[in-house]
Amino acid sequence: MTIILSAEAMQRALARMAHEIVERNALTERLVLIGLQTRGVFLARRLVRAIHEITGREIQHGALDISMYRDDLNRRSSPPTVKSTDIPFGLDDKDVVLVDDVLFTGRSVRAAMDALNDFGRPSRLQLAILVDRGHREIPIRADFVGKNVPTSLKERIRVRMTEEDGVDEVGIEKVAE
Amino acid sequence: MKWTRKHLLTIQELSAEEIIFILDTAASFKEVSTRTIKKVPALRGKTVVSLFLEPSTRTRISFELAAKRLSADTLSITAQASSIMKGETLKDTARNIEAMNADFVVLRHSAAGSPRFLADRLNASILNAGDGAHEHPTQALLDVFTIREKLGRVEGLNVLILGDILFSRVARSNIWALTKLGARVTLCGPSTLVPATFRQLGVEITTNLDAALKIADVINLLRIQHERQRQTFFPSIGEYSRLFGLSPDRFRLTKPEILIMHPGPINRGVEIASEVADSPRSVILEQVTNGLAVRMAALFLLNGVQAPPADSAG
Repeated sequence: MTIILSAEAMQRALARMAHEIVERNALTERLVLIGLQTRGVFLARRLVRAIHEITGREIQHGALDISMYRDDLNRRSSPPTVKSTDIPFGLDDKDVVLVDDVLFTGRSVRAAMDALNDFGRPSRLQLAILVDRGHREIPIRADFVGKNVPTSLKERIRVRMTEEDGVDEVGIEKVAE
Repeated sequence: MKWTRKHLLTIQELSAEEIIFILDTAASFKEVSTRTIKKVPALRGKTVVSLFLEPSTRTRISFELAAKRLSADTLSITAQASSIMKGETLKDTARNIEAMNADFVVLRHSAAGSPRFLADRLNASILNAGDGAHEHPTQALLDVFTIREKLGRVEGLNVLILGDILFSRVARSNIWALTKLGARVTLCGPSTLVPATFRQLGVEITTNLDAALKIADVINLLRIQHERQRQTFFPSIGEYSRLFGLSPDRFRLTKPEILIMHPGPINRGVEIASEVADSPRSVILEQVTNGLAVRMAALFLLNGVQAPPADSAG
């Protein structure tokens, strides 16, 4: 596996994304971050912390699991592991920033957008992604990107975070044929 | 863990890991019912048929609501309304349901093993909603879900199952689930209704109810299954209530953090006094709420193994 983001590089990328989120959004109660299970949730928490360091403001955040909204439920050989959804506030008229680790086909984000519909009608929805690896299958793009990484379909992006994996790093590896 | 079962027929065949996986999945599904929009698209376009050939309100409604909250289409066939009354066999009824391309059949039947009978013959996923005195898997799952949610664990707890064990599928499924998860299970009731052979399942049997009440962390009360008893197993309801009913006096013997559970329907004044059923230690209505989450999880997981392996997208 080749490392494409070290721990420091990941931290710098998140700090820059936090600045960009602050720059492009009014810092009111309306701004909320929603992380996609699993690593998007950790990234959202870190962005909340970074925004707090920049502005002193505490932004509300939540966690979303998209398993129940996936478009491949009938194409899998085993069901996905459903993790918890915890959005302790309504989304009506909120400025929502969705947070995920990797943007690839765009299908997870589509599922997340469907899911958010069931929680209210945000006034604005933006997307923050740590690694954009290309290969979109549906018309979705990110508003805030940590790193753009051109990849081939034979490669896999591995995001590891201390909360889950004991270490912060992003690597790229060939998928075994 | 990778879930690979297409049917939910018994707790006996499940591993502890599989039980925990269902409970964890159910915890996520419980959240759906707290939303303003209590519906997710996971089973959109799927058909769930509930075939209830024995009376049931709670379980049937719970399964149907679970299916609806997953966006499945549901239809319900009860004994009185079905051609079973006209002499059709279970197999023929089921084949007719399948001819309508049902994806799930939720079966309640008085004959033990009937869900397995259907699973061996139909393409649909079969969910056992109670087969005779054999098993009632989703009831046991919602019971252990409730215990785990309320007390944080199942392992090492003393669980007392009190009442009609002999005719109870709830007791059998609970014994399997609880012992697999490491609880200590004690059975108590009229000796005619608590056969000694249950010891083979790894449980204790006691006649000293007061002693059992004092050490119990959980009491699961069972109703007398009059409908399954073809002879008299105890002299009278009054005597049963005096000897085995959870009266206010007996309730006072229990630990302060005791959980009082009952699969319903409760018979107030028989196996449980009203004061106990309505006490803060009673989680009978929470069991109903959790039953919905557990059944949503079961449908979701079984649906996930519908596709043939060749069609799997990695």
